Amino acid sequence: MLAQHLPVLVAVVPLVAAPLIVVARSGFLGWVTALLVAAATTAMSAALLAQATASGTISYAIGSWPPPWGIEYRVDAANALVALLVSAVALVVVPYARRSVSAEVGQDRQYLFYALLMLCLAGLLGMALTGDAFNLFVFLEISSLSTYVLIALGRHRRALLAAYQYLVLGTTGATFYVIGVGLLYLATGTLNFADMAVRLADVRDARPLAAGLAFITAGIGLKLALFPLHAWLPNAYACAPSAVSAFVAATATKVSIYVLMRVYFSVFGVDAVFRDLPTGAILAVLSVAAMFAASAAAIVQPDLKRLLAFSSVGQVGYITLGISLGSAPGLAAAMAHVVNHGITKGALFLLAGAMALRLGGTGMDRVAGLARTMPVTAFAFVVGGLSLIGVPGTAGFASKWALVSAAIEAGRWWIAGAVLLSSLLAVAYVWRFVECAYFREPPAGAPDRDEAPADMTGPALALTAAVVAAGLFASPVLEASTRAAAALMGFAR
Amino acid sequence: MTLLGHFTYWATVFLMMTGLHVVISRGNLVKKLVGLGIFQTSVYLLYIGPGKLVGGTAPIVGPGIATYSNPLPHVLILTAIVVGVATLAVGLALVVRIREAYGTIEEDELLAADAEDD
Amino acid sequence: MTGGELALAALAVPLAGVAFAAALHRNPDWREAATFATAGMLFFLVVSLAPAVLAGERPSVVLFEMLPGLPVALAVEPLGWLFAAVASSLWVVSTAYSVGYLRANGEGRQSRFFACFAGAIFAAVGIAFAGNLLTLFLFYEILTLVTYPLVTHHGTDEARRAGRVYLGVLVGTSIVFLLPAVIATAALAGTLDFRPGGILGGRVDATAAGVLLALFMFGIGKAALMPFHRWLPAAMVAPTPVSALLHAVAVVKAGVFCVVKVIVYVFGTETLAALGGAAWLTAVAAFTLVAASAVALRADNLKRRLAYSTVSQLAYVTMAASLLTPAAVMGAALHLVAHAFGKITLFFAAGSIYTAAHKTEVSQLDGIGRAMPWTMGAFAVGALSMIGLPPLAGFVSKWYILTGAMGARDWLVVGTLAASTLLNAAYFLPIVYRAFFVADTAGGGHGHEAPAPMVVAQAVTAAACVALFLFPGLAIALAKALT
Repeated sequence: MLAQHLPVLVAVVPLVAAPLIVVARSGFLGWVTALLVAAATTAMSAALLAQATASGTISYAIGSWPPPWGIEYRVDAANALVALLVSAVALVVVPYARRSVSAEVGQDRQYLFYALLMLCLAGLLGMALTGDAFNLFVFLEISSLSTYVLIALGRHRRALLAAYQYLVLGTTGATFYVIGVGLLYLATGTLNFADMAVRLADVRDARPLAAGLAFITAGIGLKLALFPLHAWLPNAYACAPSAVSAFVAATATKVSIYVLMRVYFSVFGVDAVFRDLPTGAILAVLSVAAMFAASAAAIVQPDLKRLLAFSSVGQVGYITLGISLGSAPGLAAAMAHVVNHGITKGALFLLAGAMALRLGGTGMDRVAGLARTMPVTAFAFVVGGLSLIGVPGTAGFASKWALVSAAIEAGRWWIAGAVLLSSLLAVAYVWRFVECAYFREPPAGAPDRDEAPADMTGPALALTAAVVAAGLFASPVLEASTRAAAALMGFAR
Repeated sequence: MTLLGHFTYWATVFLMMTGLHVVISRGNLVKKLVGLGIFQTSVYLLYIGPGKLVGGTAPIVGPGIATYSNPLPHVLILTAIVVGVATLAVGLALVVRIREAYGTIEEDELLAADAEDD
Repeated sequence: MTGGELALAALAVPLAGVAFAAALHRNPDWREAATFATAGMLFFLVVSLAPAVLAGERPSVVLFEMLPGLPVALAVEPLGWLFAAVASSLWVVSTAYSVGYLRANGEGRQSRFFACFAGAIFAAVGIAFAGNLLTLFLFYEILTLVTYPLVTHHGTDEARRAGRVYLGVLVGTSIVFLLPAVIATAALAGTLDFRPGGILGGRVDATAAGVLLALFMFGIGKAALMPFHRWLPAAMVAPTPVSALLHAVAVVKAGVFCVVKVIVYVFGTETLAALGGAAWLTAVAAFTLVAASAVALRADNLKRRLAYSTVSQLAYVTMAASLLTPAAVMGAALHLVAHAFGKITLFFAAGSIYTAAHKTEVSQLDGIGRAMPWTMGAFAVGALSMIGLPPLAGFVSKWYILTGAMGARDWLVVGTLAASTLLNAAYFLPIVYRAFFVADTAGGGHGHEAPAPMVVAQAVTAAACVALFLFPGLAIALAKALT
């Protein structure tokens, strides 16, 4: 009975939990609720993924209004995978947040933190699972608005400014998306993705559609930090509370990337996006620029969290590069990197949060000599860094392998070369940390060997272990990504 | 005729550009939010305008009513207005907090204060 | 145990060594006893694989699927067994040497040293027994990373800079050249398994084969083919036991081992000969050989001279493999073994000189043979083996390479071999001459012989150089099985 409502419950449960937490007004109860909700959404997403893998697309009509009139939730191998990533990351971040948030957010506001986290989770899961273009916008704004506030909870006053800048750019991006959807709606008379795909199938070469695609690309591009629309990201990630940085970095941009994939491959279709329009070439150039420019910028950042943020912009470049190939293997590689980079960056931000707790910040001067003060954290951070480089045995290697294979298969040797050459920049920024942590003396007054408490180190190490596991046993993720790509491309056809 | 017939589109584009221009060119954080509001309003018009049929009535099922306007855009835009208001509220709250923390809401002064923090 | 299980155990034992070294952090005596035990155990396991390999079996085991259709798998074949046998036997000897060296020089972070050392052997065994190219690449990268802390052991600015060069060249070449070569091979051949006769036959044309071979050869930076050789001299800032076992044996031999493996089992010598894509490689290797010898000739720092000598000796192996004839490939395999024993002896001696007399430059060695007769005696044996004189191991391998070159009618190679022999003599013999026949003019004396464990270690490896000449049967039989 309940099982058939799973597609909508995944988003509704956290959405309902948020006001309950506010009513309860207790940080501890909020934390417990968030933990239970994260566990529930993870279990439900896993069940959905299993179901979608076994028996294909699941369609759920909200309020029993049949699509395309009512809002449809449409779950397949692609968005179930994204939902699982989002909720699994939440499940790791929430246990970690207890102590981290106590240290970084005032006692009286902690329950609000968990309420906002639940709203953000609901928004991201809703974005992933809905099959309706306008409903997606609403969930996009739910997740964005809660993210703005979560970032503003950061300790430094700069967090306020970062949140404001993100609000202005994020709202602009979301509005661009609505404009694009509006143009599509005017042309097709529907907001349901599947219905839209059917109606667009025979329409070719229509100016308003191209304009709609451009607006959506720009709008979602802002949300996923597509170079050069990434200006909001470094400050937002660097200033947010540690738990927020980890959650948002691992999930928010990834869900937006999924939306772009859905619009490109499911709604418009490969031919309309990549043959009739120069989308592929534009996206490829921007991606390569991101891989080099953002990674190079990461090398010179004075703060570890900013370094990670710039690295994220570069790594998003690999994902969009996979999309730009416009082929099933390329899309699968992009999807694999969504998952692999999600867990890698999540682990790294969690570790950075552990450093912030003990050292009072993540500036390069503070993490000097980290191998002596926090050896386990330092080593785990190096492992995560190796995944950013793409060393075999880590998650990053698997997706890089898939991406280079896809590029070679498509005959784009220069893309394969760019991917590999830009990895060297990752070596440079990761090794900047290594030299800082292992060769420099700890600053005066640093604690003498003092790891963060187990309830923070535990989740961080668990996610780091997942990075290695996803590297050594990469087949499940790569196969799930291949199925996701097939689902995205075979949508409503 | 075409020029006039596309009247709503011209208005939409004008508001859109005005809003974006204000967001980009103004250094005052409140004025930026005003620009953002204008920008969002243009979208409301984009949706609502085409929903109106010339000679159509309100979408009520009743005797003698054959042509009526599309009701869906209104519903959508009601939602969008709610989102817009919420965004404005969060934005203004942030501006208040920024004013408390920095003592100013002018962008260049804020950036200068940040640079001093380093 | 079956052969596959033995191979797996051989991989697990050094990994356990890492754990022991870390766990026995506070108890140096037990830590070193544990390292000895693991080294001995590994050698025993590798030796017990010998009968099966000699009988023509190829013990193999599939561990798990890493990428779809591409598992991590082990398969023991003659060349891999030879490499593993060399690395594991010398690990035993160099553990003794390391204990003496680290204690006599008061080195810090000894637990990390022994842990990383065991980790490097783990990676070397993984490379030796790799059943496919993906497994090989996995362990190849592990070897780079795990040796980085050893290279930068001293933690000085100089060590950090050297570490950058080391990592930059090795990781850079492996990501930019080797990885695309591996991926392209997977795409072209549909498999990455090592098979006699290669997997690319009939799937590539001459141009593609040439490009792919270039990607492989320059991608395997550990083989130190010019212009990607700079990491090896840079690695010499490490403590001498590291230079001895890793940068004369495990790491560099892993490089040329990969070269031979790729030529024999991925391309297949016959396929490559038919496509004619390896002539440029012979030329590049010959150039590296002569150029590195010339640099060695002018280097005054003893370890630097040895490092450039290694670069040139590695080029012997690559050059021999690139000739693609059975005798030359045999010579390549034998040289891999012969050079290992000779060069480790030389490095052991260099470390002994540093420990006992605190000398690092060739010009300081006048008359040192009288103070350290055992050390300089071992050095002389190693040097003569490098030059290729009987009754030493180097003679055997050079004989086969020369036979292969003459069989291939490749007079460039024959000429290069002759020239390099002269150059070898020119940069090694003066050291021996100074040590024994020139009086110490600087005064101050040279002190005494190095600590006993170090002397024993270099005596053993020097003796092995002689033994390999007298009883080359096993090595030759295995090398023959390769072709």
